[in-house]
Amino acid sequence: MRHALCAFSRMMETARQVFEGIKVAEFAAVAAGPAIGKHMADHGALVVHVESYERPDGFRLNYPPYKDNKYGLNRAGSFAICNNNKYGVTIDLKAKEGVDLALELIEWSDVVIENFTPGTIKKLGIGYEEMKRVNPRIILFSTCNQGQTGPHAFHPGFGSHLSSLCGFTYVTGYPDRLPCILGPYVDFVAVGYGVIAVTAALEHRRRTGEGQWIDLAQYEAGVQFMIPALLEYSTNHRVVERDGNRHPFAAPHNTYRCKGDDRWCAISVFNDEEWKALCECMGRDDLISDPRFKTIPARKKHEDEVDREVTKWTSQLTAEEIFKKLQKNGVKAGIVQTLADLFADPQLKHRGFWAPLDHPEIGRCHAEGPPFALSKTPFKIDRPAPLIGEHNELVFEKFLAAGKKAKN
Amino acid sequence: MEEKVKLLKDCRVLDFTNETAFLCGKILGDLGADVVKVEKPGGDESRNLGSFFQDTPHPEKNLYWFSYNHNKRGITLNIETETGREILRKLVENTDIVLETFAPGYLEKLGLGYAALSEINPKLVMTSVTPFGQSGPYKDYKGSDLVLTAMSGLMSSLGDPDKPPVRPTLPQSYMWIGMHAAMGTLMPYYHRGMTGEGQHVDVSGQAGVIWALNHSPSFYDLNKEVPRREGSFITGRSITGAIFRAVYPCKDGYVTYVIYGGPAGKRTNRRLVEWMDSKGMAPDDLKNKDWDQFDIATVTQEEVDRIEDACMKFFRTVTKKEFFEHVLENDMLGYPVATAKEILEDEQLRARGLWREVEHEELGTKITYPAFFTVFSSIACDSWRRAPLIGEHNREIYGEIGLDDSDILRLKRANVI
Repeated sequence: MRHALCAFSRMMETARQVFEGIKVAEFAAVAAGPAIGKHMADHGALVVHVESYERPDGFRLNYPPYKDNKYGLNRAGSFAICNNNKYGVTIDLKAKEGVDLALELIEWSDVVIENFTPGTIKKLGIGYEEMKRVNPRIILFSTCNQGQTGPHAFHPGFGSHLSSLCGFTYVTGYPDRLPCILGPYVDFVAVGYGVIAVTAALEHRRRTGEGQWIDLAQYEAGVQFMIPALLEYSTNHRVVERDGNRHPFAAPHNTYRCKGDDRWCAISVFNDEEWKALCECMGRDDLISDPRFKTIPARKKHEDEVDREVTKWTSQLTAEEIFKKLQKNGVKAGIVQTLADLFADPQLKHRGFWAPLDHPEIGRCHAEGPPFALSKTPFKIDRPAPLIGEHNELVFEKFLAAGKKAKN
Repeated sequence: MEEKVKLLKDCRVLDFTNETAFLCGKILGDLGADVVKVEKPGGDESRNLGSFFQDTPHPEKNLYWFSYNHNKRGITLNIETETGREILRKLVENTDIVLETFAPGYLEKLGLGYAALSEINPKLVMTSVTPFGQSGPYKDYKGSDLVLTAMSGLMSSLGDPDKPPVRPTLPQSYMWIGMHAAMGTLMPYYHRGMTGEGQHVDVSGQAGVIWALNHSPSFYDLNKEVPRREGSFITGRSITGAIFRAVYPCKDGYVTYVIYGGPAGKRTNRRLVEWMDSKGMAPDDLKNKDWDQFDIATVTQEEVDRIEDACMKFFRTVTKKEFFEHVLENDMLGYPVATAKEILEDEQLRARGLWREVEHEELGTKITYPAFFTVFSSIACDSWRRAPLIGEHNREIYGEIGLDDSDILRLKRANVI
């Protein structure tokens, strides 16, 4: 009886998280590697982020924002948002003692994440073979622009460049203007696929005890989001062109100016029923029977006029008013939300998406929760990103010693 | 070489998703899961979206359907009939994962919500994907690609400053949602292996697309900065507020080149000037510039404009191919702005064996697909089968629960399958 109660109260205290007991060493910098470790840390993994004082994570050094625009290794927002709930250590991989220490950490780990240029870890003395020697069950996850093999394997690059090579840039913008850049867009495609790949490898190891090496090319991950355009070209010999907000069979389908400074709403109408509902919301029953707008082909043909009529209405109201009014009447509408809007979004608040954290140098800041809620193994965000070298003592003395003890 | 393991081959997935989350089941299918796409009798409406094979509008020729229902089998089932519901309950006994995109509350009303299904099969992992989530003030609101690109914040930084904000013309939000749904499904599936426990996953489409914003939320979070759309320019690299051009017209299209700091950026800038100089196009101030002292965070807009002006003139004289070859050979940062054509022709992707010709026997042709999303040393990630025809595997799947051909005929006539 006593035994059962103990087990029950333990269960009530903390639900087991998905990656509980999993230890991750991250020899990775900037976004595409560290954000994978962040997802795992949010779900219970013990994640150690490795840098060195000689070469701190690029997100600490070369990328604003810094808190209050004051530069500092521990003041970088991009580093903070990719590394919450982790432990931070410094190892000089150029020194022999550093390599030995790294191998000790790898021995302790279940998963290693790295995003150097291919071949670098081997040159440093911590290649996959060395890792397997100290830890035969290790899962090594390598991610880079082009992959570990092939004629362009060694070519370095950042997400903003690769997003263009993947085709995203070309399809974004207006046909009579230059394409628009999406920023380092593809980085987080690789993050999503990266978590999927590592989870699959953990499942494989659970079943067989076998580790493995994963080679994720961010380019190939990005291509997954382009498949319809690839099929369009290979079967219909047509390149998908950028076309503003136009949609081949929906009208109106655009962003419309609203009351306020650079405020916009999005309205997408796919059928006659939605068009009727929109006209009623606009108080423009006259448009329902207007032959220029009566059918989908007619609205497509007179799309500029449709947009003008809609703008007459939207420009008098706030984006929030339009969003709610249309949604309540069955029209698919939204606000073109800015970052300020996102932090005030009641739906995201309801989901606990922005997790508050207190960082010793930045102060109050927020981490992003996962885009899904797991009913029995919820995520937990309770520690800010580490200061550089913050957990050297804890990790090298306590964690590694505890790991050795558990093994013996 | 050892044969790779089809990791999820014993994992049965029932996939009730619409176009917003097709990719979720496809990813599980890539890893070998037996994914069964369930459509309404006669086929889903989503077979009419986007383009068609040879521009022939037909539910069996839909390219979007092909793209993201690849690696699935297919059945038809009408769960709005009692017989249909009974069949589903029977199927769930041997199902590991259910994926669905119905409006919140719809399945509960039919008696098929997570609570009911997990009673039949306690180990079930059930993933529910909706535009905004299962609960909360927006739970009943409808989404479209445009709406979710707007509500996620992605759109506020896309487009020219003098024009309305834009979405990528090739819809992207459903890819972000499907990928994150796959992540949110595989994680509890792994947990189930560890503990035997199933659970319910509530995916928010809006939140799924927010992850496309990268690190940019920190601009507002730390300094209350709200980035605006700057067309082909990158913002947020400098504390002076300078913006940097990221798309240049070239001889036959566009290239992406960005003036960067850091070791790779400085190397790239130096080598670009050498390349310009070899063509007699490098201005003196660029030739004499000490790139080691160049600091991207504190550079002024005026200086950036001067450098970019020279780049603009130079890139107009090179082709995409020349640019690509030059950056590859010289270890510089930059890529051409590729179209689908160039992706399919890319020598790296070919050398990696990414492409797979897949037989579409009913169309009398083969279509090229990417075969994998990553390369594992021990797990097979591959292209196994083309997307299903309407009800293509009814006999196979319904045979498993003891229905014979005459039952199937009866169910078909009653509009149950």
